[in-house]
Parts: sequence; structure tokens; C-alpha cells
Amino acid sequence: MIPWLTLAIALPAVGAVVLWALPRTNRAASEATAASATASSAASSGGGTATATAVRPTAAAATGGGASALTAKRLALGFSIATLLVVAAMALRFDTSRAGDLQFQEVHPWIPRFGVSYAVGVDGIALALILMSVVLVPLVILAAWNEHEDREDGGRGYFALILVLEAMMVGVFAATDVFLFYVFFEAMLIPVYFMIGRYGRGDDRARAAVKFLLYSLAGGLVMLVAVIGVYVVGGTFLWSDLVAEGSALAAVDPATARWLFLGFFIAFAIKAPMWPVHTWLPTAAGASRPGTAVLLVGVLDKVGTYGMLRYCLELFPAAVSWFVWPVVALSLVSIIYGAILAIGQNDMMRLVAYTSVSHFGFITMGIFALTAQGQAGAALYMVNHGFATGALFLVVGFLMARHGSGLITDYGGVQKVAPRLAGVFLVTGLAGLALPGLAPFVSEFLVFLGVYAFSPAPAVIAAVGVVLAALYILWMYQRTMNGPTREGLTGLRDLSARETWAVAPLLALILALGVYPQPVLDVINPAVERTAEVGAAGDGATEGAMGAQEEEGDAE
Amino acid sequence: MIPHMDLPVITGTPPRMDWWLLAPLLTVFAAGVLGVLIEAFAPRTRRRGIQIGLAVLTLLAVFVLLVLQVGSLPDGAPGVTVGAGALAVDRTVIFFQGTITVLALVSLLLISERRDGRDAFAAQAATVPGSEEERAHILAGSQHTEVYPLVLFAVLGMLMFPASNDFLTMFIALEVMSLPLYLLCGLARRRRLFSQEAAVKYFLLGAFSSAFFLFGAAMVYGYAGSVNFGDIRVAVEAGGADIFQGGNGEPLLLMGVGLVAVGLLFKVGAVPFHNWKPDVYQGAPTPITALMASCTLVAAFGALLRVFFVPFGGSAESWEPMLWVVAVLTMVVAAVIAVTQRDVKRLLAYSSVVHAGFVLTAVVAGSAEGLAGAMFYLAAYGFTTLGAFAVVTLVRTRDGGQELGDLDRWAGLGRRSPALAGALALFLLAFAGIPLTSGFIGKFAVFEAAVSAGAVPLVVVGVLSSAVTAFFYVRIIVVMFFRDPEGEGPTVVRAGAATGGVIAIGVAATLLLGVYPGALLDTLLPSPEEGSAPTQVMVDQASVERGSE
Repeated sequence: MIPWLTLAIALPAVGAVVLWALPRTNRAASEATAASATASSAASSGGGTATATAVRPTAAAATGGGASALTAKRLALGFSIATLLVVAAMALRFDTSRAGDLQFQEVHPWIPRFGVSYAVGVDGIALALILMSVVLVPLVILAAWNEHEDREDGGRGYFALILVLEAMMVGVFAATDVFLFYVFFEAMLIPVYFMIGRYGRGDDRARAAVKFLLYSLAGGLVMLVAVIGVYVVGGTFLWSDLVAEGSALAAVDPATARWLFLGFFIAFAIKAPMWPVHTWLPTAAGASRPGTAVLLVGVLDKVGTYGMLRYCLELFPAAVSWFVWPVVALSLVSIIYGAILAIGQNDMMRLVAYTSVSHFGFITMGIFALTAQGQAGAALYMVNHGFATGALFLVVGFLMARHGSGLITDYGGVQKVAPRLAGVFLVTGLAGLALPGLAPFVSEFLVFLGVYAFSPAPAVIAAVGVVLAALYILWMYQRTMNGPTREGLTGLRDLSARETWAVAPLLALILALGVYPQPVLDVINPAVERTAEVGAAGDGATEGAMGAQEEEGDAE
Repeated sequence: MIPHMDLPVITGTPPRMDWWLLAPLLTVFAAGVLGVLIEAFAPRTRRRGIQIGLAVLTLLAVFVLLVLQVGSLPDGAPGVTVGAGALAVDRTVIFFQGTITVLALVSLLLISERRDGRDAFAAQAATVPGSEEERAHILAGSQHTEVYPLVLFAVLGMLMFPASNDFLTMFIALEVMSLPLYLLCGLARRRRLFSQEAAVKYFLLGAFSSAFFLFGAAMVYGYAGSVNFGDIRVAVEAGGADIFQGGNGEPLLLMGVGLVAVGLLFKVGAVPFHNWKPDVYQGAPTPITALMASCTLVAAFGALLRVFFVPFGGSAESWEPMLWVVAVLTMVVAAVIAVTQRDVKRLLAYSSVVHAGFVLTAVVAGSAEGLAGAMFYLAAYGFTTLGAFAVVTLVRTRDGGQELGDLDRWAGLGRRSPALAGALALFLLAFAGIPLTSGFIGKFAVFEAAVSAGAVPLVVVGVLSSAVTAFFYVRIIVVMFFRDPEGEGPTVVRAGAATGGVIAIGVAATLLLGVYPGALLDTLLPSPEEGSAPTQVMVDQASVERGSE
């Protein structure tokens, strides 16, 4: 039996190591002037003397870096495509009829003393999210192909970080051991931190990276207490044992369950990001390269909502009913607040980030409506949002790569000089506002159905968010693409072949899943039915547990 | 009137000395003495090589002896006591001693590192800083090879400290450990006044805390009628020595516990007894700082764990509230102060204080689980901190002479020396407790023990202060990687084999213990099967002779 998931985790990780291990210079540089050769050899040995390190890499070294950087980029693309193929092959073997169960399971003891295992496995939701992640990575690499030409290392470090992140993204969705999940959940912050802080844009990037890391770390540390609590109460970290009938965790008293739930939820809410702990996202996205933003918003934030679905709901069914209304209320605030702030943004990256705050409100609301439709919609929304927002970030990135600015007011009339770019921008934008026929519409519709069945009022309020979405997307399009072409934009290049290839798959997926979402829903639905059942059964279990306590009280 | 006491009778026949179990300590002692003789008799030019060889061989030999000793421990009992109950030998003690030996060996690499024929120590410590005489000594290439015997004596104290089974032995160990360190702190080659100031501060405060410790031991003697840990434990469980049949000895015990705790908490550097740490860490020669930050911390915690778990284990309710307060203060105060630090060594000093707070949460747990967690934490932290200080020794001012403490001037280090800055970043992430590093597993181990023991609020404080500490670790990474060098940037001197080795060992240990901690956790630490009370893995008898031979 092939360990598919381990392979999918190991492949990009190996790729990253290979990228880092590539010799830093090639022959061109070593044949160059003595000074630059000394500088580069000093750099490669990691030491360096005062005189050698003082010499900035010269043009010769830069061309050397350029050549090896091309190899690095090709390798990165190769590894990410290989990972995609592995995951695709795995997905083809996925048994849809048992999509609610964990498949491709691997369990090996890792730290026996703490009952920690290396345990991976996927159900329908995890599979869909892993697929989405590995589809996005090669496209991001392709889109960022020429972004780092000015750097000393030609962006090689950036691509290595992307591959590290990819390994961790697969791992975090595949983990079926709470400890392992936590390890990936926390460790994946580090590559993103460097991707923003070192390879980001703007003078503010270091601050944005620190803000991102500290927010996430604070949430993660709160979760650590809850993770330890789960172990102390439940006696194991294996997810399947923890949710099994009659596990020690299921019998925990409701007050403890609520605290543990809260510990997990705070971390996931920060990650998601949910109002009022969303403030790191616009800053981080604003300081990110478009590729980083795609992975950050498209994949990393999904870990938050995925965690709510997988861990909060399923581990602590007894506590869920307590949190339904507060979370729905926070989701509503996120939807409206994110949309309103998106309207007011001038920086397109920040704008897209705020639209995501709004969209994540829909996702969390769908999850906590505790109906099968709502959760199916939420799970599908996670996938669709990854593609739609990913495409939007990439297109904004293409614009910025041409003109160097991310501000809406610096553009105008782009449609006349770059019609294809404008067309793609419009389609991805419309996907962002959930136009019928495009993928996000289906998921948003399902969420609305599910939430309405749960309670009409939140659904009605959330509908305001849809109206606002039309406003922020169309207004951005109008200001940047329509009207007279601004000075300095007249020579703007249209999409190159590379750029077209980077967004075309996403557009195809958005259209295909908009018209025919059934394949994804087939995979997601059984898994969601399980979580929805757990939520419903949880209420019963709460009553049961309380009843049992009362009986004990009587007995005393 | 002297009350009757059940002291082991050592006047009739001399106590049986188990030389085999004493061998590691005796080896270090003999090597230290030999080192002093070498100073006296070996020719000046050859002293250095001989001293380094002797020290390295000694520590290697001690390590081998310790490994062999594990096999000679009796089955079924946690261990034995030797020297009429003065020293304990059990798996816990051997783990601490082994850890100290290895860490000392690694520090020795740093201590012996020389650049352009100059090590980190003053050419002639007796000369007035800045004087002509000093210049003459520097030009003549004088050096203090006494450093090596001093380190050996300090290591002797460190090995004895966690093994002590009575308060007098522990006090002697404390002094044997501390006196050479006071001296070594004042020997820095650069910024000598600073270094001497640090030594004086450390000495005065250390002497003060020793007095506290001794006074506390006297109180406990008054209460229990013995200084032996096993006897004290029996007395504590019985409510005091025979004269306290009315049970009115409690205040004496409380005072004793409190005063002894002051002495020990000073050595681990817990708030409010932490004030020496930043000054001493900053002023001392960096290799000595590394030695103190790793070995001394392990030794001090080994002793602290032993004192609270063995003699005072029966009256946990009397010291747990105090340790709660100290742990909370340590984690919160040190983390907050550390945020304002601008000097790398001071920052690492405060970071070491915070880590002491984390380990204290495991002490509060009062269980074998907590003991194991603390042991893992200390070993992991020791290697990481050695690596971090090794990096500090390489980052210098432009002329390559003086270490560059000022953080702001570290800007751009990540561009110039990616490997070095990357290693330091890894150590910092381990300090911050990021998964896949040893720091995370350690933090998990101590927090897990504390949660199991019901100290959830303490753990919540712990994780919150972790978040604060993450802020300043991350800031160092920001400075190194995300900022361009401004003006006179840092100069990185080429890492010698020794320093490079220390960094490599640090990186390897940090990653290995983070990714595959099972090796250490399962084989060397007390396992849950051995029982949940610390005394099930720590010797607590008054005097147990070895086996039945």
C-alpha cells in the first residue's frame, strides 16, 4: 500500500531541502572577478571575513544567482506539480461512497510517552481542501516566476518556503492526531512569517509579519492549553479515539468541555479570521506578495474554519449549543464589517483581504448553523473561496507587477489597453461577489439555505453582505478598468502566456464548479452529514450528561 | 539538652565508602587538583594544551563512568545513597549529572576557542584595566590557563549539587560550584571593568543567598533533628522531630523551607531573585555565560527538584503556594522586562529567567511526570542556549575585537551570514516553543504535567507569557533578516572548529529533540510505570548501602 498522504507531505518538503541545498553559485560566478568570487564563497561557507562580506554581491554574482535561480524555480514548479499528481492520484482512489470515513489512514507511534502518533487520513472535506491547496501552489509559483529577479538569491528562498508551506498545509489537513495537527498548525506560521517579512512588499512588511506571527502564536498557545487539556481528559491524541462512542472526552463535564472548546475556538477564530481578531489579515495581506496572499488567505485561513468543523464541533459536541448564537452573531458582524471596510479600501490587496473577512463570516455562519446544508455550503465555500480569491489576488498581482502600485487611484481605463487582463479581473471579481453560474454562488446559496433553516433572521441580515459585495467588487473594477486611461498606463502589457496559464486553471475551475459542483459535493456531503449529526447528537448528549449528573446528585 | 536522634552511627565503624559510585565526582576533583599542579609545574607554553586535554578527557571519563553506573543500580529500588547517606545515586541524579557533563563538555569547546592566539579571557586578570602593565601582558600573549581547573571545580560542584542527600553536602556543593564561577565571571578580555563589576555583584548576591540557604538548613535541622533528606522526610511526615510532639514545629519548618528556597531560587534565577542574571550574563566572558546558562541552571534545578520532592515532598501544601507565586512572577515579570532589552546577552539572560519560570510550573506539579518534564526541558534548553551563546561570540564590532551586544546593530546579519543567522533563528524559535523544535516538546512536557496536577491557571499564565517572549525572540529575527544593515553593520568572524561545532551540536540537538524526542523521553527519563510520586524515582532513604553484597 502506498502511503499517499505521507508522500504528499514529504515530496514538497524534500523539494524545499533540494532547493536550499543547490549550490549558491554556478560556473559563471566563479569565473567572475576575484572579489565577487570571494564574496560568494564566503556566503556559501556561511562565515566570511570582514573584507569579503563587506563586498555586496556584484553584477557577476547576480547573473550567477539568476542562472541557479532558474533551476530553483523549475525544480520548485516540478516538485509542486509532482505533489499535485500524487494527490490527484490519491483522490481518484478515494472511495466516495465512504467519504464520511477517514481513508488512506496511516498511524505510527511518534512520542509514545505522550500518546502522540503520526496519524494521517482524510475524509471528504480534508481531501477537497488538500486538493485545493496543491492546485494553488504550482499556480502561485508560476505567477511569482519573475517577481524576485532583483533579489540576491533570485527568489530561490521564497520558492523553498512555498514548498515547506505546502508540505505543512497538506499535513495540517491530513492530521488525525490532535498533537500532530497542532504541530503543523504552529509550524506553518514560520514559513509564512519569512515569506511576508523577508519577501513581502512595502516598508511595513516586517511589522506586518510580526503582527501576523504574534496574533497566530497567541491563539496557538491558548490552543496548546486546550490540546493538553484534551489529552489529560481524554487520555489520547488520536482523533478517531477521541470522537469514538464512550470515549473519556465525550464524558467530560460540560463546563470543562466549554473551556476546551473555547481554547480551540479562539485559535481558529484568529486564524479564520473572525471579527474582532481579524486585524492582522489586512496588514499581512497588504504587505504580502500576491502569491503569499493567495496561500495565506486561500489556504492558511481555511485551517481555522476547517478546525472549527473538525475539532471544535466533533471533539466537544456537548459544548457546541452554547456557542452557536455567539458565533453566528460574530459571523454576521464579520460579514457586514468586512464588506463595509472593503468598500473603503484604496489598496487592492487590502480590499481583497477585507472581502475575505466577509466571506469567512459566511463560512463560520454556515458551520455553526449546524444543518447539513449549511455545513456542506461552508465546506464547499472553503474550496471555492480558495480558487476565487486566489485568482483575484493573482490578477491584482499582475496589475501590480506592471505598474508597481497596488492603489486603486493609480489605475483607470486599464480595460482599453489590456482587455484580457481586465476580462479576467472582471470574472474573478464576479466570482468574488458570488454571481450565479460561478462557483462561489453555489456555496453561498447553500449556506443561506442552511442558515435560513436554522433561523431566518441571520440569513436576512447576511443578505446585506451580498449587496455590499456587489458594491465593493464592481466599484473597484469601475475605478481601475473603466474610464479614461490614465497617463503612464498607456503602454501596459496585456497578460503574458505564463500569466494566462497561471489563472486559466482557476477560471476553469470556477466556471466548472459553478455549473456542476456535484463531484465536490459528493465528496463533502457524507463527511458533513457526520459533523451535522454530531452537532445534533451533541445536544442530546449534553442533556444526557446533565441528566446523569443530576442522578448522581440525587444518589448522594 | 540534646534530643535523642536516629542519626546513622558513624563513630563506631567508619562508613563504607562505595568508591565506584563516588568515582565520577572523585575523577573531576582529582583532575581539578591535577590542573592546579600543572599550573605550578608545566612550562608556560605547553600548559594550555595539557589543560584542555585534561579537562576534555576528564569529562569524557566522567560521562563513561556515569553510563556504566546506571547498570550497577539495584533493581526494584530507585537507587542508593553513598558516603553515609551524604550523596544519592539514582537514575534522576545520573541523568542530571550526565546532562551537566555533556553540556560542560560542549561549553569547554567554547571556552577553549581562540582567535589570533587570543581566547575570551583576560591576559592577566590581576592587572589594572587600561594600565601599561596590562598592555605588556597582552603583547606578551599571557593567558589564564587556570580557567580550566576552575571550570573543573565548578563542574564538580554542579555534579554534587543535584546528588546531595543532606543539606550540608548540598551547601558545600553550592559553594564549590559558585566560587570558581564568581572568579571566572571577572575574567573577560574585553570590557574588563564591566566584567569585574559582574563578578563582584554575583559574588555579593551569591554569598548573601548562600547565607539564606544555610540559615534555612539550620531551621530545618531544628525542626527535623537532622540534615539528611531521608530523615527530614520522615520527620516532616511525622509532624516534626520528637521534641515537637505537640505539633508546634510548623513555623520552624515553614521558615526553613522558605529560606532554603530563597537560596535555591537565587541560583535558578527566579523572580524576585533574578537581578544578578542580566548583569552577570552580560559582563561575564560569553563562554562562561554559556556554561552558567546551561550547566548551572541544570544543576540548580536538579537540586531544587530534589529538595522540594524528597525532604519537603510530604509538606507540599506548605511550599506550593509560594512556588505558584514565584512561578507566576518569574514568567510575567521577566517576560515583560525582556521586551525592553536592547542587548543580546541581557535579553538571553531574561529569557533564561522566563524559562526558569516554565520549569517551575513542573516543580509545582509535584509529580514524577513533572520531574520528567523538567528534566527534558532542562536538557533541551541547555543545548539550545549553548548554541545561542556560541553565535553571540561570533558577531563582533567592525575591528573584530569586541562582541556586538547592541541588537540594533545586528541588522542585516541574515544577508551576510545566512547560515549563522539561520542557526540563531532556529534557537530563538526553540526558545519561543515553536513545534518541531526541542523547545516545544519541553514546554509541552512541563505544561502537561502542570495541567495533570490541576495547575491550569499557572499554565494559562505560562502560555500568555510565552506569547510575550515570542515577541522579543521574533524581534531579533526581524532585525537579522528583514532589516538592511545601517552604517557600521556587524562583522562575523569566521567560526573556528570549536565554535562551529558547538553551533552544530546545538542545531542538531534542537532539531533531534524536537522531531524525535522519544529517544530521550522513553529511555532516560522516569517512566509513568514507575509510579507517579517523585520519591518512586528519587532516593529518599537516610542511608542505603549498595545491594546486599
